[in-house]
Amino acid sequence: MHGAHTTGSPYAPHTDDDTAAMLEAVGVDSVDDLFDIPAAVRFDGEFGIDARTEAETRELVEGILEKNEDLTELLGRGHYGYYVPSLVDHLSDRAEFLTSYTQYQPEASQGFLQALFEYQSLLVELTGLEVANCSMYDAATALGEAATLADRVRDTDGHRVLVPDLLLEGRRSTLENYVAGTDLSVETYPTDDATADVDALAGEIEEDVVMVYAENPTVRGAIEENLAAIGKLATDANALFVLGSDPVALSLLQRPADVGADVVVGDASVLGLPTSYGMGLGLFATRERYLRQVPGRLVGASEDATDRRAYTLTLQTREQHIRRERATSNICTNQAWVALRSAMHAAALGPSGLVDLAKRGVTRAEELAARVDDIVGVTAPVHDRRHFREFVAHVDQPARAIADDLENRGYAVHVVGDHEIQLCVTGVSDETVDAFVEDLSEVAR
Amino acid sequence: MTGDRTRYDQARWTDDGQYEPLLSEKDRTRVEIDEDDSPLPDDLTRDSLELPELSEPELARHYTRLSQMTYGIDSGPYPLGSCTMKYNPKFTEDVAALPSGAVHPDRTERSLQGTLELCYRLQDYLGRIGGMDAVTLQPPAGAAGEFTGIRVAAAYHEHNGEDHRNEVIVPESAHGTNFATAALAGYDVISLPSDEGGRVDLEALEAALSENTAALMLTNPNTLGLFERDIVEIAEMVHDVGGLLYYDGANLNALLGRARPGDMGFDVMHYNVHKTFATPHGGGGPGAGPVGVVDDLAPFLPAPRVRKTATEYELFEPEHTIGHVHGFQGNWLVLVKTFAYIARLGDEGLTDASAKAVLNANYLASQIEYDVPYEPFHHEFVASAGDQDAADVAKRMLDYGVHPPTTKWPEIVPEALMTEPTEVESKETLDQLAAAFNAVAGEDDETLETAPERSSARRIDQTSAARNPRLSWQALEEE
Repeated sequence: MHGAHTTGSPYAPHTDDDTAAMLEAVGVDSVDDLFDIPAAVRFDGEFGIDARTEAETRELVEGILEKNEDLTELLGRGHYGYYVPSLVDHLSDRAEFLTSYTQYQPEASQGFLQALFEYQSLLVELTGLEVANCSMYDAATALGEAATLADRVRDTDGHRVLVPDLLLEGRRSTLENYVAGTDLSVETYPTDDATADVDALAGEIEEDVVMVYAENPTVRGAIEENLAAIGKLATDANALFVLGSDPVALSLLQRPADVGADVVVGDASVLGLPTSYGMGLGLFATRERYLRQVPGRLVGASEDATDRRAYTLTLQTREQHIRRERATSNICTNQAWVALRSAMHAAALGPSGLVDLAKRGVTRAEELAARVDDIVGVTAPVHDRRHFREFVAHVDQPARAIADDLENRGYAVHVVGDHEIQLCVTGVSDETVDAFVEDLSEVAR
Repeated sequence: MTGDRTRYDQARWTDDGQYEPLLSEKDRTRVEIDEDDSPLPDDLTRDSLELPELSEPELARHYTRLSQMTYGIDSGPYPLGSCTMKYNPKFTEDVAALPSGAVHPDRTERSLQGTLELCYRLQDYLGRIGGMDAVTLQPPAGAAGEFTGIRVAAAYHEHNGEDHRNEVIVPESAHGTNFATAALAGYDVISLPSDEGGRVDLEALEAALSENTAALMLTNPNTLGLFERDIVEIAEMVHDVGGLLYYDGANLNALLGRARPGDMGFDVMHYNVHKTFATPHGGGGPGAGPVGVVDDLAPFLPAPRVRKTATEYELFEPEHTIGHVHGFQGNWLVLVKTFAYIARLGDEGLTDASAKAVLNANYLASQIEYDVPYEPFHHEFVASAGDQDAADVAKRMLDYGVHPPTTKWPEIVPEALMTEPTEVESKETLDQLAAAFNAVAGEDDETLETAPERSSARRIDQTSAARNPRLSWQALEEE
């Protein structure tokens, strides 16, 4: 009967009799009597929003989103559209998971806590670091939290945070906001052919550096070949080495612990979420020595009264609801459900599936680069590096015009320079790649 | 009324000294990465990857069992104070999953007119509901919204040559995030005591305000559920010293259609859309924390924002923007659900939601035996467990098939039971909840201390977890 309900909230189950009985029990004549709002600030107007049936609301949203063009996206640069197995949707959408909240009552929340514990364990294996939290918002905010951690644990008077000059604007800008309340300053170090210019970085590093950030792969899809050298430069200067990556890349590329990383951040939603207009899952892992300074929630194992192993949120004295202005972060609501999905996706792939997926990220990017390099008017890859998932191609024509022509043919690509486009193979089928190469060859000449 | 039907047993899968085994206890497979069959040279790759390798049927059972050992709103009432645990309409999941909305943020504006239109219309809805002139959707949670709002306030003061303002005032009854946010943004936090009635103490506020005040962060109704009756005077006092008034939207569900922060004199606010607009809490998130501001602050909002031209929707960078607070545009899936919820309810539904939320809190309070010291409350009330330990009361309530309230906070009420039933509970369910409160109120300490007995796990040793942190299956294996 609620299907056609357009008066009042369709999700408030009160009958008129219920409401009358409740008002009587409370001892007032009308609901209005329960509001203690001074007349001066009472709102007597309307929002001007019409109520709709469920069917009408679906039509409304469908009608709006239909205005998006249906494009094949060869897009990456921090947000990826891997195929998400159906298992993930169906199991993560189970109502107990979806409609629960932070596990303040662990005895009744064992299932979600265990799934988050398994997520943390997955990241421990991928990074080689001892501690992973159960989520920040996204890669950019995780990077910001890494900087505030560096600010808290540093044993120097330094204030400089060094990031690559290629860093995505969204990440750099978010980082700037996170450090605005500290005396840290964000500075860039040069890159050479899309990876860190280690000699230049060495020249930048002095005792006043508290954090060095590098990414693998880099924004332009290049695999960073000098991670150990960067790690050593940071460590020798007593600076924290923060590495940005993601669970798929980490399944194949160098293990962060082996190159001296102190903190790993990045977007873990490459597993678990389809393309979602940039929505992410902040990966945050670090060494045990910084455990008491970790931001966000941590799930730990303990025992219950029957001596069975049980899970609970732990070390909560780091957090805002206990420590207030001395907390390690202000985060409360996080991305727990996305972490659940990410762990499910990793479990569905297993270690062989993860490694295969990562290997295909290398081989398919190389294959596509070789094919577009054969096109007259296109050179790829621009950078003399190994690539992961994506690469930059030089186009003789103006890149914007090429991209516009491609869009008219149903493709979206990045424009990253006057004559540079960036192409990502994630989530694109081999047949689509064939068609794309054909179309690019026609628009690029 | 209580009877056996309010009792329940939560699913409990057990296996030798534990509950459902960890994935790692079901399988461990080590995949070696050799140069022979790797597209990369050895020095660019890891040596191996060791994780569980399980079939889909095995995983489906694992996660089904874990879900059964989790209590959600769909399991029963969840009156967690200040968290606004509403029922999450199912259809919003479907609209969020529409393939037409699954787009990459770096696409051209021309090709994303649908996404931009939805964002624009949601900005507009939120502006009308809060009485704000401009809205950003970028902050990915309530605390992120607070941080955005305070950064906007800081940028505004700096722009006006007033960067000496280094203090943010926060009532002591406020959410912990307010204090942490102000500190993260670099401010000295001035804690403001409450008056005897549980509201802002105007004399204390007068004393705290100065030329160094950047902002006062206020929740209204406050965490006791009380409306700050002196809000107009408070706004004048803050504005008189050149400060800004920040509205914490955690309790907005009490006011929908009855009062708007913008009309009360607030300059900047965040909306907890996962609370007020019923998007699922997902075991801790994701939420979203859009921020609304008055005209004077709009030039400082994060970039990019969405606007409408004569013919299309486009992104733009506000003139004095603070930049990004998220790598892209925030938690899109949550924003779609928010838009759908608001569009479904409309004026009448939203106004009715707050009416029923306030009615439910008042009715429930009238039916329980615990004392509720502060009135008149709105969408939530804080009862006192009196001589009982509130944390133990909560554990025991689990045995009655309900989720307990938030406990031991705000501290102004001894042994606090902070209770927010929301509008989605029927009278019958509220009676069941009241019966649970009242049954526990009559029980002895021993019963409470040994509870719960009907949830998946029995009482968990928190001290052991913190003293000996075991945060991964790898750590368990090292024991």
